[in-house]
Amino acid sequence: MTALVLIEIENGKVRQASRSAIAAASRFGEVDALLLGNTGAEAAGTLAGVRKVLHVPTLTHALAEPAAALLATLAPSYSHILAASSSSGKNILPRLAGLLDVQPISDVVKIEDESTFIRPIYAGNALATVQSSDNVKILTIRSSSFDPVAESGGNASLEVLDAPADDGKSRFVKLEQSQSDRPELEVARVVISGGKGLKDASNFHNLLEPIADKLGAAIGASRAAVDSGFAPNEMQVGQTGKVVAPELYIATGLSGAIQHLAGMKDSRVIVAINIDPEAPIFKVADYGMVGDLFEILPALTKAL
Amino acid sequence: MKVLVPVKRVVDYNIKPRVAADGRGVETQGVKMSMNPFDEIALEEALRLREKGHASEVIAVTIGPQVAQDVLRTAMAMGADRAILISTDVDCEPRVVANLLKAVVEKEQPGLISMGKQAIDDDMNATGQMLAAKLGWPQGTFASQVDIADGHATVTREVDGGTETLALTLPAVITADLRLNEPRYASLPNIMKARKKPLETLEAASLGVDLTPHLTVVKVAEPPQRTAGIIVETVDELVQKLKTEAKVI
Ligand SMILES: Cc1cc2nc3c(=O)[nH]c(=O)nc-3n(C[C@H](O)[C@H](O)[C@H](O)COP(=O)(O)OP(=O)(O)OC[C@H]3O[C@@H](n4cnc5c(N)ncnc54)[C@H](O)[C@@H]3O)c2cc1C
Ligand SMILES: Nc1ncnc2c1ncn2[C@@H]1O[C@H](COP(=O)(O)O)[C@@H](O)[C@H]1O
Repeated sequence: MTALVLIEIENGKVRQASRSAIAAASRFGEVDALLLGNTGAEAAGTLAGVRKVLHVPTLTHALAEPAAALLATLAPSYSHILAASSSSGKNILPRLAGLLDVQPISDVVKIEDESTFIRPIYAGNALATVQSSDNVKILTIRSSSFDPVAESGGNASLEVLDAPADDGKSRFVKLEQSQSDRPELEVARVVISGGKGLKDASNFHNLLEPIADKLGAAIGASRAAVDSGFAPNEMQVGQTGKVVAPELYIATGLSGAIQHLAGMKDSRVIVAINIDPEAPIFKVADYGMVGDLFEILPALTKAL
Repeated sequence: MKVLVPVKRVVDYNIKPRVAADGRGVETQGVKMSMNPFDEIALEEALRLREKGHASEVIAVTIGPQVAQDVLRTAMAMGADRAILISTDVDCEPRVVANLLKAVVEKEQPGLISMGKQAIDDDMNATGQMLAAKLGWPQGTFASQVDIADGHATVTREVDGGTETLALTLPAVITADLRLNEPRYASLPNIMKARKKPLETLEAASLGVDLTPHLTVVKVAEPPQRTAGIIVETVDELVQKLKTEAKVI
């Protein structure tokens, strides 16, 4: 059995989520990596546990249509095709599955054997063990459930491939990336998140950033906070946002709706700060503090 | 152009699902069911396109048992012109749903398919992409903004590091993210009117699609439960606990 992993590059490095997908893929046998775009070949070549890097330098922007078409031509050589459960992985792999009439398996958190997998359903309120009868298994991997392979130590061979012919029905227009010096949410050791209770965008920044600075934390948000314009959408944690499992998750001014819990309840230690002692977030918190965040957060900043 | 809106009947998002005693799924007996929230957003977008003059007709379609008619009535009460029930008692996986929808698309010839990015029961996030592939249409997934002009859809998408904009040649598939719009409520008069709108039923078995799943559920289990910890009284106590007890800072 050989697995192929679609990897993603960010700032010249292979994303941690992709390295987790490679770790998952290594359970099936040898691992090849598929790299799209004109950067990252060097970083991909040193990944631990990768046999060969297939590089398609002319396929920039990872558009789903040509990427899935290319993957479909490679699929006959592989038993498993994987990617991170990232926005890119979830855009491309189901399209590939559509081309091959395969049922894809999203958000795998555990591999039981070559065809049996565990994945959360109903916003993580249940775990389904599913078995695939497809010839090629198409999986997206929840990165918080697999320790990533190392960035270095490997020595993969490199094969450059041409992009498939494209009908041009989908055209890239622009990418607006938010700039931040903070660690990525999915990777951060500590995450501090704010909700509707922060009341406005300036509080969100002024109260959370100093703590995040002190702890080297990433900042997350509830959907209500994002909807109210306190934070950009890529900060949303939850069923439909990002799934994180840091060492420490500090939830402030957010109630703990099941959709939010879906994105953070596997954190090792959870702290909740909320004025309402009945807030559901306290049911999952290791340490709860009932009180006004406008008093507690500045005091916490000072005490750290 | 016609806009096709696939909508799924799911356990209402306000309800905390419980794993059924037989470990085959979650409890749905006597549980409130509703239209998948992402599909409401997808439908709202289709209605707005009609109101702006980009669409001539909005057709809601669902695949499910007879009772799934209720989400189609809701869709028509919100403003869909008509609805199609693809009736089956078989639990259809996204691959089968995509194959059935493809058959409907071939019959109805819509210029746009507006659907949810994810069903909140299976959380698969796959059907739209699969359908687009099967049709050979371009896809705009996780859409937070859609503009139609000159046979194109300009779609802004929510991606991990920010937002991406694509230009798609119609026909295309769009999957809605939460921030695309705020769906309207159905007014009482519109709920009454919806009862008279046409609802067509097609037997899934009549569409020439194999309904056998490729993915079988072996078991459904409760995830490990977290238990509530302790309440601390002061910030100093909290910091102390995090340092010496939890050892995380
Ligand atoms: C399909 C769907 C998907 C969703 N996906 C997500 C998702 O991915 N992520 C997500 O987060 N949500 C998601 N939601 C929304 C979710 O249901 C909740 O509406 C949302 O999480 C609530 O955000 P919140 O806790 O910030 O706001 P609220 O529920 O309004 O809670 C605010 C909290 O702040 C507290 N508070 C107020 N003032 C203070 C103060 N001065 N000091 C301390 N505490 C204070 C209050 O006691 C309250 O508990 C989704 C919803 C749907 C329908
Ligand atoms: N049984 C169904 N009937 C109609 N539409 C469906 C059905 N299942 C999935 N869909 C559509 O596909 C989207 C994504 O579902 P999923 O891939 O299961 O997460 C949903 O938001 C619906 O728009």
